[in-house]
Amino acid sequence: MPDPRTDAITCGDTEDDAKVDPVTLSRRDFLTAVGMAAAGFLAGCSPEVREAYLQKHFLELSPPEVEARLGRLHADYAKRFGTQVQVSALPAQPGVVFGYALDLSRCIGCRRCVYACVKENNQSRNPQIQWIRVLEMEKKKGIDFEAANPYYNPEQVPDPEHFYLPVACQQCRTPQCTRVCPVGATWQEPDGIVVIDYDWCIGCRCCMSACPYGARHFNWGEPEVPAAELNPNMHVLGNRPRPRGVVEKCTFCIQRVRAGRYPACVEICPVGARKFGNLLDPESEIARILREKRVFVLKAELKTEPKFYYFYGI
Amino acid sequence: MSAVTVLAILVVIVRAKPVIPPEGTAANKAFSPADFPAVFAKEEGLIGAAGAGAAPPGAGAVLFPVPAPPFSEGVFPCMECHGSIPANGERRVLEAMHGDIVLHHDEEHRWCLDCHDAEDRDHLRLASGALVPFTESYRLCGQCHGTQYRDWRSGIHGKRTGYWQGSKRYLLCVHCHNPHSPRFASLQPLPPPVRPQFLRSEDALAAAASGGPGTDADTKENGDAGPAH
Repeated sequence: MPDPRTDAITCGDTEDDAKVDPVTLSRRDFLTAVGMAAAGFLAGCSPEVREAYLQKHFLELSPPEVEARLGRLHADYAKRFGTQVQVSALPAQPGVVFGYALDLSRCIGCRRCVYACVKENNQSRNPQIQWIRVLEMEKKKGIDFEAANPYYNPEQVPDPEHFYLPVACQQCRTPQCTRVCPVGATWQEPDGIVVIDYDWCIGCRCCMSACPYGARHFNWGEPEVPAAELNPNMHVLGNRPRPRGVVEKCTFCIQRVRAGRYPACVEICPVGARKFGNLLDPESEIARILREKRVFVLKAELKTEPKFYYFYGI
Repeated sequence: MSAVTVLAILVVIVRAKPVIPPEGTAANKAFSPADFPAVFAKEEGLIGAAGAGAAPPGAGAVLFPVPAPPFSEGVFPCMECHGSIPANGERRVLEAMHGDIVLHHDEEHRWCLDCHDAEDRDHLRLASGALVPFTESYRLCGQCHGTQYRDWRSGIHGKRTGYWQGSKRYLLCVHCHNPHSPRFASLQPLPPPVRPQFLRSEDALAAAASGGPGTDADTKENGDAGPAH
């Protein structure tokens, strides 16, 4: 019987390999070597790389550490895009839970919201990422995701035979995407916005398979955002440029709504079908809609309890 | 009911004159945030409303910015021309002027002078006979479209921009609906998304530029953008 303290790690999978190449070292030696190598590697790296390796989870950062992180992001983006950017970490306001409503009787499927969102939130142009997907559905069939077509392209919209259902993140009250994340890189903020820490995401895409709305998108390639079209007004948990290999999603334009403004899709919608506000304020537009209109949520049977409502204004 | 009572009611109805309150009284007061304290509780600077400010000056109240009514070039004030033209109350097709206006708004029952005041073309005329300026045309629209008017005032109908938590910019009904043909005009949609099977390839942009790759109905997706091929 071998002594447990000299329990060896052998290179190679089989006994034969071990005989051919009998390199053995104790666990303690191995761990020491790995530790030394890592320390040496980090010591030899630039501060940016060292920082990236030692980055803590966003929620664990103290205020000074958040400031330091924002400073590094400013420098990084200024270098990459050659322009001054403003990355904020504005926290949620107390007494605010955001809600969204979309008037299906008004939407004409013009996709203005899709492209306003791409521009506002610095989504990759190539490979293409779009957080909003407008589904064309047949009036005869009603809401039928199997028969929905996101690739419609007639000369003019609306088509009299169809209606349009834009889908983005539904900002669930019981989000399944955050539940399945193995590293806690995505969570729900106090104001109800589900966010992602791009520094913490490992790109496993579990959240994408958990989301019943197809609202999460993966950066398969290096995201391409033309410097001239970069939106310099950023939030660290929102529209700042993403690295390759992380998941991203709609954040209700966190950089805008935390500053009191409407999301970009609300501002652009030519028919005024998109409504946004504070669910906890009984006088807000969104609260009035919930009181006065016929409202429903997508896939209610899944108990995800979205804060994104659809309604019929007429 | 006695004949005298009926007669008295008829006399009252016949003798009743349209009430045209002078400028500045309650009926003609400019629509201000004070009228909707719940909605306009918080005031602050508004971004994106530059060049607006066509709302008439109210009695010290802070007006919410509404862009000027979208008149055709050079058409307002109307009385520059109509001041010297006697009002013609005859229902007819306009040919000499305003020939571009096609009335497609309950045209079976109504025509120009149901909304435009015959004597003062610079104002609109409510059913009560009260005059309202063009900047308050929503009061005219609201006479028939009461539910839309109610929803518009509370922000459910129509477009609001600015701050969910602060001042907002409204649009008048006529900014989205041509009053003479109010149905919302069709638009050309922006390009569809690139199909997942083309996402990786360099010719994705070229394919998108040439009208989108493939239009066969059997490759419809169900809304999931996962490019997993």
